[in-house]
Amino acid sequence: MTMRRVISALVHDRPGVLNRVASMFRRRGFNIASLTVGHSEKPEFSRMTIVVDNVPESALWQVTSQLWNVVDVVEVMDITDEDYVARETALIKVRANQENRGHIVEILDLFRGAEVVSVSPSTVILEITGPTEQVESLLALLEPYGILELMRTGLVALTKDEEVPQDGEFRGPALVGAPSQRR
Amino acid sequence: MSGRMLAGGEFVCESLQAEGVDLVFGVPGGAILPLYDHILKYPSIHHVLTRHEQGAAHAADGYARATGKVGVCIATSGPGAINLAVGLGTSFMDSTPIVAITGQVTRPAIGKDAFQETDVTGVTIPVTKHNYLVLSATDIPRVMKEAFHIARSARPGPVLVDLPRDVLQEIDEFTGYPETVDDLPGFRPITHPDPIQVEAAAELINSAKRPVILAGRGVLVAQAEKELQELAEKAQIPVIPTLLGIGSFPGNHYLYLSLMGMHGSAFANLVVDECDLLVNVGSRFDDRIIGRVADFAPNAKIVHLNIDRSAIHQNVFADAPVIGDAKNSLKALLPQVDKQTRTEWLSRVDDLRREHPLVVRDFDGKPSTQYVIKRIHELTNGKAFIVTGVGQHQMWAAQHYVTDRPNSFITSGGLGTMGYEVPAAMGAQMGMPDEQVWSICGDAGFQMTLQELATIRDEKAPVKFAIMNNFHHGMVRQWQTLFYDKRYSQIDTTGPDFVKLAEAYGMLGIRVEDVKDVDSAIKRAQDHDGPVIVDFLVEIDELVYPMIPAGQSVNEMVEDPWTQQQPLGTVAR
Repeated sequence: MTMRRVISALVHDRPGVLNRVASMFRRRGFNIASLTVGHSEKPEFSRMTIVVDNVPESALWQVTSQLWNVVDVVEVMDITDEDYVARETALIKVRANQENRGHIVEILDLFRGAEVVSVSPSTVILEITGPTEQVESLLALLEPYGILELMRTGLVALTKDEEVPQDGEFRGPALVGAPSQRR
Repeated sequence: MSGRMLAGGEFVCESLQAEGVDLVFGVPGGAILPLYDHILKYPSIHHVLTRHEQGAAHAADGYARATGKVGVCIATSGPGAINLAVGLGTSFMDSTPIVAITGQVTRPAIGKDAFQETDVTGVTIPVTKHNYLVLSATDIPRVMKEAFHIARSARPGPVLVDLPRDVLQEIDEFTGYPETVDDLPGFRPITHPDPIQVEAAAELINSAKRPVILAGRGVLVAQAEKELQELAEKAQIPVIPTLLGIGSFPGNHYLYLSLMGMHGSAFANLVVDECDLLVNVGSRFDDRIIGRVADFAPNAKIVHLNIDRSAIHQNVFADAPVIGDAKNSLKALLPQVDKQTRTEWLSRVDDLRREHPLVVRDFDGKPSTQYVIKRIHELTNGKAFIVTGVGQHQMWAAQHYVTDRPNSFITSGGLGTMGYEVPAAMGAQMGMPDEQVWSICGDAGFQMTLQELATIRDEKAPVKFAIMNNFHHGMVRQWQTLFYDKRYSQIDTTGPDFVKLAEAYGMLGIRVEDVKDVDSAIKRAQDHDGPVIVDFLVEIDELVYPMIPAGQSVNEMVEDPWTQQQPLGTVAR
């Protein structure tokens, strides 16, 4: 059984760190669906949200453990099964003229966190920020108008946990895994 | 605090000195020249000029495994650094502590395809535990301190430090070598196990009826041999060493079983097949041990002690994982493990041992590799340091060179690097100058790194090379014999006249063509106080048995057909 996993990691803000992290997934042939990295609450560390597809259940423990072994990685958490909030932003360039621009704005009104950020005689650029499902339903509605260009940021996520992890904390899947992991 | 004004190259030497490094292996070149200029001023650091960087990496590895200290190798940028890579990969797979120092093109030239430029930190990510590109001389002491710390801590491994030439030349204030590692929040070895995990493991051990221990290199790394023996004796559990765990448990102990796995002994494999609990101490369940996962120890629960959390559940699901170093984990387990007698299980183990012995088969005239190894074992009383190459001779050495000395059996297990045996034997010998070091080689592997014979001659390292010469890639031939209908493809490795080669390098060369000359040749080699090459012309049609074909299970195990024909009890162990 394979699945999509959301992994959150705190890493050193240094050249080469992204390479080490990406290398870990490449080696196993896991496709990174999205990887978002930016400053964290600590100046020397960046936070990464990594979304990986097709991770066999039996490899879950190893993926997070091997990430944790990377010296530049300070914390690792597989948050897929945790209570967390996740958002992504998309910029969408849609073909739009005088006749149908109004329709597109109407569609936008159905979504929270969506707006027009740029207009030209034949196109509009829309922005939406929200959970992945919301972004995808907007895209589905816009499809008939002709999506010219699309840029998605990928997921950024934080757990709702009130306890902030200590430096070096590891929260992978449970050490004794699900029975399906057994031989 | 004011310090001395020194060059980057001197920072490196000061750091090595502060780490107590007295032996380094390397090859100079353009980018690393400033370091080589300064090393002359540090007579306490003996530099061994290998003839190839691969030799430097393997020599540092052999040194590190024999002594338990961190091995150091040095190379220049580009080709020099990449030549280290196979050695780093070998050390990485087998958890050997190594610090590799490489030169890099100057900072302004990086990324401009400069002469002898390679992105070495990029190339070596998959074969190092960590690596550094140092961009300022003042960073060198901290980086070196961290490199040694990471290399030797937890599951040991290689760390590479890449130093641009102008950083090695940069003059700055040297304020001393740091006493502690202060800023590595991402490196946190778990040395002490979680009591809850220990309790769960102890429970499984106490309730098991037919347990067996698999002892790996983690026991040697943590120096937990005494604790392992205590556990085995207290709970009366037989012990199987992994290839890299040879020496972690006394080979003459009544609870000692031989190796298991693809070329392990039949009885050890059958014991594992019948066991109801397998306690893995400090190994990672290599595929050469487990074969087909679904059929591996089918009736057993698994207790897995390992310091590397990523080794847990990697290949075999662990019912009771214990993350921690082998010594602390065993110490925590011992008081919770019940004293047992297990008469029934141990007598079953003895029956299997008797019914499926490991045999030394002989041929007329030409000696067999097994026989030569057996005689080396007997004539050295099992006390020599053994370094092997990779292939048939390696498996026979592992089967027959039974020892009770920790760290004395040195071989490339995980990566299976042919050519390891020549430079690694030199490194082991230089680290243990008072020990007798035998390098058991195949003729093919020996030819991969024989340029280091010149280094061995220069350093007067009295290594005894025993070449098991069958003029072939023996193991490849064995696979082609068994799995490719004897379609022999590219396996003739006929080399030079090894006796003349020995003489060309100023060494003693001996050729043995008849089984009756084996003993005298071994004794002559032992008595000679310099390096020796003994060219044993061995039987080609000798196959390594037992054999469990790759990815299969004990049910498909093939025992030596010759043994099967002998009446029970007539074949000596």
